Amino acid sequence: MIASAFMDVSREISRALSFNRREFLRSATGACVASALTRSPLRAAQLPRQKKAVVVTFGGGARDNETFMTEGQENIPHLLSELLPQGTFFTQVVNRGILGHYVANASLATGVYETINNFLAAPPQNPTVFEYYRKDLNRPRTDVWIVAPSVGFERIGESLHPGYGPGLGGNVILPKRLLAAALPTGARGNYDSLLRDNYESPLYSSESATVETDLARIAGVLKLSVGDFLQNARNAQSPDELSVFVLHQLMKQFAPSLLWITLHDIDIAHAGAFSLYIDGIRRTDRLCSKIWNLIQTDPEYAGKTIMYVLPDFGRDSDMEASGNGFQHHRTGDVRSRTTWMLAIGAGVRQNVLVEHPIESTDLVPTLGSYLGFSPRFAQGKPIEFL
Amino acid sequence: MLPSELKPASFSSYPPLGREVAVRRINLLRQLPLSFVPLLLREVQIYDWNFPSERQEIDAQFTYLDGLTAQQLQEVMRGFTTLQLPVEMEQIDWVNSPLEFSERLSAQLWITGKIAAFRTAAIELLNRVHTSVPSRAPESSRCALVVLGQGVRENNYKLFRKLRPEGTYFTNVNPKDGLSILMEHVADCARKHPARFAHWYVDGGIPFQPVPPGVEVVAYSEIEPLRSRIVATMHGQLIQGQATEARRSGLAKLGPADFGLDTSGTNAILNRFKVSILAEGSGTQFFSTTFVQWSVRELLRRAQPLTVLARFAPRMTDLAMNEALSGSSEKPTLDADGALIDADMAAYYTWINLMRLSGASSASFLVWFEDHKEAVIVSPTTTRGGQSDQAVSISNLVDMLRIPSP
Repeated sequence: MIASAFMDVSREISRALSFNRREFLRSATGACVASALTRSPLRAAQLPRQKKAVVVTFGGGARDNETFMTEGQENIPHLLSELLPQGTFFTQVVNRGILGHYVANASLATGVYETINNFLAAPPQNPTVFEYYRKDLNRPRTDVWIVAPSVGFERIGESLHPGYGPGLGGNVILPKRLLAAALPTGARGNYDSLLRDNYESPLYSSESATVETDLARIAGVLKLSVGDFLQNARNAQSPDELSVFVLHQLMKQFAPSLLWITLHDIDIAHAGAFSLYIDGIRRTDRLCSKIWNLIQTDPEYAGKTIMYVLPDFGRDSDMEASGNGFQHHRTGDVRSRTTWMLAIGAGVRQNVLVEHPIESTDLVPTLGSYLGFSPRFAQGKPIEFL
Repeated sequence: MLPSELKPASFSSYPPLGREVAVRRINLLRQLPLSFVPLLLREVQIYDWNFPSERQEIDAQFTYLDGLTAQQLQEVMRGFTTLQLPVEMEQIDWVNSPLEFSERLSAQLWITGKIAAFRTAAIELLNRVHTSVPSRAPESSRCALVVLGQGVRENNYKLFRKLRPEGTYFTNVNPKDGLSILMEHVADCARKHPARFAHWYVDGGIPFQPVPPGVEVVAYSEIEPLRSRIVATMHGQLIQGQATEARRSGLAKLGPADFGLDTSGTNAILNRFKVSILAEGSGTQFFSTTFVQWSVRELLRRAQPLTVLARFAPRMTDLAMNEALSGSSEKPTLDADGALIDADMAAYYTWINLMRLSGASSASFLVWFEDHKEAVIVSPTTTRGGQSDQAVSISNLVDMLRIPSP
């Protein structure tokens, strides 16, 4: 009896995974299904010339259970009530690559499933979106910025690919590393909660041989004194809040056309404390809303920017025996590979759900179509509904 | 080295029982593909420290595979044989370092996109083994008891949200003497079905006393010296600049002897289990809720006990974890409310893990909000999705858990 009930639960979850996001969102937002609509030529014609893109990835996967399924909706009020009605939501984004955060984000940035070591700071094997954009459109380096958590991500800005690579990448800024460099000796303890880096290993390591150089350079470009930076860090409740603060500074100083930010607080899930994982999701939800509001209230961005929000992948299912549910993303099961994407902003249809599955590698070709570069080595294809 | 080159002397570094198993099955091992043998040897290498049920699982695999004809063996191993490995993998000392091999194999499978094929092959093999050599039914009905919420006075979180649909939700429980009644139930089970590693009590704080005879105890407070030393080891690895994978491998190799713990007889098994929870678990070193959840998950999977009592306690805050990582000796700030939410999810996972064991259809499960009135029972005799608002005692609930042996 119990065993059969257990099987019922398994089947129920499988069914839920296949359709629940769509059903729930439709009821929650009254969204239309994209296949019933056609693209509006008028809307497309209204697109401004100075296009900008902001990509927000969650470098700590979030499951449907705790986000878009009925039981998780309480954790994402901003996404549901503010952002979704204004955007196009893709209910199935499949990641067929390696489920490590750095390598998955590198894959998102190249449009190719990268196979680099997740735990090493290795450059992507294929050209990144940052290189395509700068080379094809002859853009300066200051027009492309990446705000990232530290481990490995310092090399995400440019590949070693012949024809691209060094000199053509984007600026990578690692707020935790900056903070570590800015702290006076002995003061680190006050900022420990902002310095933890890799949640798959409970020990942090934000040091770098180049931190002082980084600090001087970044402090200069951000027009921010070390004191002001530390003051803002002191007010930040988490590393992601610090990252969004840095993002805002970049927007104010450079108004980059291509901004990429990877949020990482959710990955505290690796420590196994469910309540902290939920806290991370709620904070990320709030920060997504904050970033959108920054875009909307900045004349350099308002009306000419698309924001893309997507987790890099999910986390393991409760029912996968070789995993431990939400804690990790090691099994490679369907739930850990399937996630979603929200596109919102200039020219994007509002309150639309797209059920058609897309892949993580489709993001770069989609950005290429939007911004006007050719992602010639990417495996994915432009997303039809954008 | 290839499996066909194995000799009895290859296993000279293995502990006695493991060596005996490997040498006895050497003809079979020689016929198996390289993508599989080290994974099997990884279990054989620690055979001496495995729980009895784990040894039965390993024996079942050997019994099944040894009973196949050469052609059948080839067919069963096809899923592994087709995973072509780079030649460098042969250079690894996979007999003595099967863990290193399996980590390299895992990386290789992810890089080549063959991880799904590998998982399918592994699951198919285990299904065949279980069909051919079925797991033994438990001697009595299994029972898992979860006590959570210690230190929480008022709660606004909807508890047992995932478990209520599976059983009956009790809203009017008299908490008087609850913990001692549950402990007495565990003692009763241990008296009736005495066996080493069959009855467990895991506590995320200071354990209830006295613990009845015949019950294994793992308590977060009592494991503190071991925990501190493992955290120190982790710090040392970081200072040495070891990469994440190397750190993980290094921790996984730790055993009781590395910490001066008893390595004789069955004490070695229990001590090795404790070390593995802290060294191989993620977050177990800091959060007592994770420690309890992972311990129960692992002992259900590995020891397959008849009875488990898991009691959660407040865990340190996220900020306190950072302070602990920094080497602060300050007494950590505790978060009882957060621990309640952690434990609620952990209780659900405990039920899922209980359901994975043999005899699941006759197993019973209780979760109780300590010193409060809420509980859920999932058992063959309770109604799914039911709710009872009648006044009941903990003894009444325990009576509902008494299921006839399967």
